[in-house]
Amino acid sequence: MSAIQELIPASAPPDSMREGIFSVMRKRLFGTLGDSLVSLAIIYLLIRYMPPLLDWMIFSADWVGSSRNDCTSGGACWAVIGARFKQFLFGFYPVDQAWRVWLTEGLLVLALAYCLVDKMPFRRQGLIFACFYPLIAAILLAGGLGLEGVPTSRWGGLLLTLVCGVVGIAVSLPLGILLALGRRSHLPAISTLCVIFIEFVRGVPLITILFMASVMLPLFLPPGTTMDQMLRALVGISLFASAYMAEVIRGGLQSIPKGQYEAADALGLGYWQSMRMIILPQALKIVIPGIVNTFISLFKDTSLVLIIGLYDLLGIANATITDTKWIGLSNEVYVFTALIYWIFCFGMSRYSLWLESKLHTGH
Amino acid sequence: MEFGNGFRKLLSTIEEEIVVNQELTAKVHMRFSLYDTRLRGIVAQVLIIGLVGGFAAYIISNTATNLLDRGISTGLGFISAPSGYDVSQSLVFFPEPVTHGQMFIVGLLNTLLVAGFGVVLATILGLVMGVMRMSTNWLAAGVAYVYVDCLRNIPVLLQILFWYGVLLALPGVRQSIDLLGLAQLNNRGLFLPAPVFGAGFSLVVIAFFAAIAAIAALFYWAKKRQRLSGKTFPVFSTSLVILCVFVLVGYFIAGRPLSWNLPVQKGFGFAGGMVVSPEFTALLSALVLYTGTYIAEIFRSAIQSVSAGQKEAAAALGLGPNQIMKLVLIPQALRVAVPQLTSQYLNLTKNSSLAVAIGYPDLVATFGGTTLNQTGQAVEVIAITMGVYLGISLITSMIMNWFNARIALKER
Repeated sequence: MSAIQELIPASAPPDSMREGIFSVMRKRLFGTLGDSLVSLAIIYLLIRYMPPLLDWMIFSADWVGSSRNDCTSGGACWAVIGARFKQFLFGFYPVDQAWRVWLTEGLLVLALAYCLVDKMPFRRQGLIFACFYPLIAAILLAGGLGLEGVPTSRWGGLLLTLVCGVVGIAVSLPLGILLALGRRSHLPAISTLCVIFIEFVRGVPLITILFMASVMLPLFLPPGTTMDQMLRALVGISLFASAYMAEVIRGGLQSIPKGQYEAADALGLGYWQSMRMIILPQALKIVIPGIVNTFISLFKDTSLVLIIGLYDLLGIANATITDTKWIGLSNEVYVFTALIYWIFCFGMSRYSLWLESKLHTGH
Repeated sequence: MEFGNGFRKLLSTIEEEIVVNQELTAKVHMRFSLYDTRLRGIVAQVLIIGLVGGFAAYIISNTATNLLDRGISTGLGFISAPSGYDVSQSLVFFPEPVTHGQMFIVGLLNTLLVAGFGVVLATILGLVMGVMRMSTNWLAAGVAYVYVDCLRNIPVLLQILFWYGVLLALPGVRQSIDLLGLAQLNNRGLFLPAPVFGAGFSLVVIAFFAAIAAIAALFYWAKKRQRLSGKTFPVFSTSLVILCVFVLVGYFIAGRPLSWNLPVQKGFGFAGGMVVSPEFTALLSALVLYTGTYIAEIFRSAIQSVSAGQKEAAAALGLGPNQIMKLVLIPQALRVAVPQLTSQYLNLTKNSSLAVAIGYPDLVATFGGTTLNQTGQAVEVIAITMGVYLGISLITSMIMNWFNARIALKER
């Protein structure tokens, strides 16, 4: 009898007998000797280092001031962020024209909402607007149509980071799809060219590509023509992101069963028709998490443009640190900058998780 | 039997038919029509090659004209020209004057140094954090979760600059932070004890290789014995003992030929010991912390990808916990992890080029930076720099592909 009882797994105890929070904690944290040691070590480290850190960050920090000398309490000097907030947002963009940046960023949120959320009113018109958004944004930011021109050398801060990120995303997705299709093409010349491009770009660091865009692009152009420094960086970033995007999308294309290709052929669809209507919709859906991850890396990688002399968010942070008025506040400035990057990247990764669960309709 | 033969005959007839049909289709003449897919394929390829070739020719002719206009010399002659600049850290010493080609070697070695240390440390950190994240201990899992989700969402360049700022803000030489009396940390770097190898140290090295040979023989013998008799032998623990005993015996026979030269504060600097520059420390810590987040996730997903049934089945076969880990779980998890780990190792190597932002003399900072600025020969310098990274990538992926093929699932 007892032998049989041992074979039957014990069922969960009734609700009234569930353990209280303290006994669960005890079991989770001090269940075994090893667990107890690990827990004690972590608790010790937290008690040792968290209070001074919190004190530096919050309790004895200075929040307002007009120069470093106003920070006297010994904690973090957050006054620098307030004093330089406009530069962090849009660099050296003329202050009286700042409304154009705000309008562009507001429209970006609207365009993104139409692209990402499917339950928006006037979705069709919204998507058409999103298609034209890059043109509208370019005119708003750079000038034209009666707006005063602002050279790109004055763009900076979060604005420049967003410009690099959004342009990179907008170019790399279609280009990546084309490269992925080309790599899987049956035409040897096309697939070889695509393989060479993709493997070359993925094999070298982004910084060398940016150097190439910054130093070599002017040599490639016909004599006498010049190219904007920001535009050169955008070319480098977009080409770099396209190669990574192509590999992600190729993964999706490979996971589509052969029967789908054959069925499309059997329906009499041509190559582009079958790709557009049968293959790509399925392939892209599978790799959405990968695509969003590529976007996240791209957004982080835009920080490299500071090395070729652009003032993106991190570039502005560096400039602030070397400013004589605020010199030596590297910890404060970098922590703030990191927080901005973190919010954007973490937001994107959560969106990707949400989308994954939403699209996981199960076939 | 009769039916089987008939069926087989039928099958072979069908196969012949298919072959004949395929030959027929292949022999159909190409029609000169827009609807012929093969013709369209050829036309498309010719067009693409023409476009790409024309574009390349256009760029090359522009570049040639531009180089001529700006008076920039071409060719690889600059490699043997004196470089006229010095770097703060070098693993090899060249007699003055140092050429650009020798600076290339200095930079490459520095890149490989930081990448090598980075790969090893990031793997260890990633393994620890990945295991902690799966732990039932809430605190451990929480710490790992916060670590992964915080640091992987911050650009690695920002992390490099942050650590560099922290290290430069350390107290000066006079107020160095003392680490257990062995190492000294200040704003000029981390001062570590330097090993001093005595006269008989070669004996220890010989003992080490002898131990390796003995372990190899032990492996062979244990495997043979298991094949013949089924008896297992604790190879791993015995190997450890052999290694320790051999090296220690060699060490004492040779008269303890290893001593440590401790850094001692002297005037405005340190005498003795060796120094790790703040640039190297900042670069290495940022790369390790950043890549560690990715490696932690790789290990976690790899171990979770092995289904629980595998472990239970192995236990049902009578394998012990260590055997289950070694023979069932790790081989299957590795299969998932290896390709992703490879790409992270390559990412770390490529990210080490961000050293240029804080002045660590790696390949991109020395050769791709200062040499480029001095000679102006952008095309050659960037091509060589890119070629090195491309070579590292290709060699690593070749090794990893070979390794991956070895551990891949053998489907029979």
